[in-house]
Amino acid sequence: MKQQVNRLQPFFENVSFDRDDNHMVVNFGPQHPSAHGQLRLILELEGEEVIKATPDVGYLHRGMEKMGENMMYNEFLPTTDRMDYIASTSNNHSFALAVEKLINVEAPRRAKIIRVMLLEINRIISHLFWIATHALDVGAMTIFLYAFREREFVMDLMEDYCGARLTHSAIRIGGVPQDLPEGFIESMDKFIKQFPIDIKDYEDLLDKNRIWKMRLEDVGVIDQEMAQSWGVSGPALRATGFQWDLRKESPYEVYDEIDFDVPFTDSCDSFGRYKLYMNEMRQSIKIMAQCIPLYEASEAGVMAHAPEYISASKEEIMTQNYALMQHFVLVTQGMRPPVGEVYSATESPKGELGFYINSQGDPYPYRLKVRAPSFWHTGLLQDLLPGHQLADVVTIIGNLNIVFGEIDR
Amino acid sequence: MNENAMIIETIIKAVTILAVFSALAGFTTYIERKILAFMQRRLGPMHVGPAGVLQIAADGIKLFTKEDFIPQNAVKPIFKIAPVITAATAFIALAAVPILPEFILPFTDYVVRPIVADINVGILFVLGAMSVGMYGPLLAGMSQSNKWGLLGAARTVIQLLSFEVVTGLSLIAPLMMIGSLSLIDINNYQTGGLSDWLIWSQPVAFILFLIAGFAETNRTPFDLLEHEAEIVSGYATEYSGMRWGLFFIGEYANLFTVSFLVSIIFLGGFNPLWFIPGGIMILLKISFFIFLFLWVRAAWPHVRPDQLMWFCWKVLMPVAVINILITGIVLI
Repeated sequence: MKQQVNRLQPFFENVSFDRDDNHMVVNFGPQHPSAHGQLRLILELEGEEVIKATPDVGYLHRGMEKMGENMMYNEFLPTTDRMDYIASTSNNHSFALAVEKLINVEAPRRAKIIRVMLLEINRIISHLFWIATHALDVGAMTIFLYAFREREFVMDLMEDYCGARLTHSAIRIGGVPQDLPEGFIESMDKFIKQFPIDIKDYEDLLDKNRIWKMRLEDVGVIDQEMAQSWGVSGPALRATGFQWDLRKESPYEVYDEIDFDVPFTDSCDSFGRYKLYMNEMRQSIKIMAQCIPLYEASEAGVMAHAPEYISASKEEIMTQNYALMQHFVLVTQGMRPPVGEVYSATESPKGELGFYINSQGDPYPYRLKVRAPSFWHTGLLQDLLPGHQLADVVTIIGNLNIVFGEIDR
Repeated sequence: MNENAMIIETIIKAVTILAVFSALAGFTTYIERKILAFMQRRLGPMHVGPAGVLQIAADGIKLFTKEDFIPQNAVKPIFKIAPVITAATAFIALAAVPILPEFILPFTDYVVRPIVADINVGILFVLGAMSVGMYGPLLAGMSQSNKWGLLGAARTVIQLLSFEVVTGLSLIAPLMMIGSLSLIDINNYQTGGLSDWLIWSQPVAFILFLIAGFAETNRTPFDLLEHEAEIVSGYATEYSGMRWGLFFIGEYANLFTVSFLVSIIFLGGFNPLWFIPGGIMILLKISFFIFLFLWVRAAWPHVRPDQLMWFCWKVLMPVAVINILITGIVLI
């Protein structure tokens, strides 16, 4: 058969799994207990040492970007939940922010504060999930259940606000769907007081645990050069010594009014990243605590007023003829943003999450592209894994906080 | 005693040990789940029967009625025999272990010695039988035509073979003091109460043997053979139903054997202490060690295979040799 010249490298179909050079080629996934979803990693092993790693993605591909091009902007928002399903609010927010930038609408102040609260709650949910599964991969089973209990409490907060626990859709284009429910501030305050003690619990179990240190220290070393050439972002980038956080670098919402640190370290290894995640949860708590007085000082109103793009309030729709008409058009045909393109990046729990939208003035985006941090971290694996032991592969995959919903989209 | 009676008695003992320890293996899984649950702020099994005790029965029914699946490319006879080797050697090892002190059968004047075979090289026999058990995982992993199974088998061999050395060397020092390989003699050496326990004169050997025990029974932090996150289920990847169950029973029987060995050699065995009779004493010690195994499982992650090898050959083995040397100098 004549070879097709234009076929994309590499040929996964042509990987020979039976070799006679003492190397073993194994399929790590897609159905592997620690493949974190649907990662297929083709590993060439010499004994237990990895000499070549080829990550193969696409087993969870749902064509989200294409779906986005065939959906109205508001319709697509709940779909973004299904990308990084561990931190759905950060996806919602990133998309909503991009559209807001496109239509040049700003959310009201109270909505911005609520968004920051939700985003930080979400960051804690995501980081707790990370420490739980990462520890389970390394073998520390108890941490898994400890972290999951606190995760339940944070998810209860989320449930109080939007009714959902996994796919929140808690943010709308132009604001947030509702004001904080009664008692939310109190229960959040209770959580803010309790959670640092719980973080201390995890650290007591892990920080001085010799085996935990043996497994994480000097494993998966990503230096600055590697991080830059592979587009690494988020905690993995901050562990290389860059103090880079989009919340500080290009502040959105009310992050510029809030006093918080960006933890960073130059240890470059998995243990440094673990410490970063722990400190980031502390910072999230700090941010949430500062949001409460800001919230109380803000005036009511959680949706922007831009009747051309965003439906007016229920009351207006019910009382004013023109508002009803606009609402009808917005629901049946969707908003028509001006012609233009926009890229907006936010700091999701996993790194830089960006949405690129190209609008031709139609109710549907002409092109929608997502820059998901995990995708880049997966590509990195082929440079990072060779030279490590098979057991380290699990540590590194877990440590990079890869979520497949967002890689395959 | 005539020969026939002895044969009958031995058979009864063997069957009793087999039955009791098979049941205990199941019961230990229940205990394990309950203790882990207790340490992890959850409830554990609690729906089948009072406090979930009948969970064992439910698990047993599931194991027995599950489809006995043999992969197409597996080497079938070896695949079938491998779990039997694990379970059988684990119980054979128990043959030379004195379970309880001698007692008189109620309503008769017949003295029962609860040991199947009191051979004069008891401890060698136990260790030997346990190390033959290595063939179970090895053959299972090699015959099932699964790469994870093969990796699991390779890990089994390096781990068990390496730690065999530590087990042997750590035991030489106390055996030099006692001068006998029979477990009964070792037990009788420590009759003088708490201060006679070998743990006081041989603390290093005790720690080494305990660590090696964790490795020999594949318990966390050394359970590399079937660490799910890395190599799926290791040598047991393709096994299901009662074949897998046999591996399981073998593993738990080994757990008991190691607990018995540690208690008898270092902690005064089944000698009575203060007002506590010997039979209760040994049960308490066994329970403590089982609990210790579970406690460690709840608290520690796993080590990596190369770290395990480093630990075995560069730390434990030199320490064991030095311990022997010092013991020898002191004895002379």
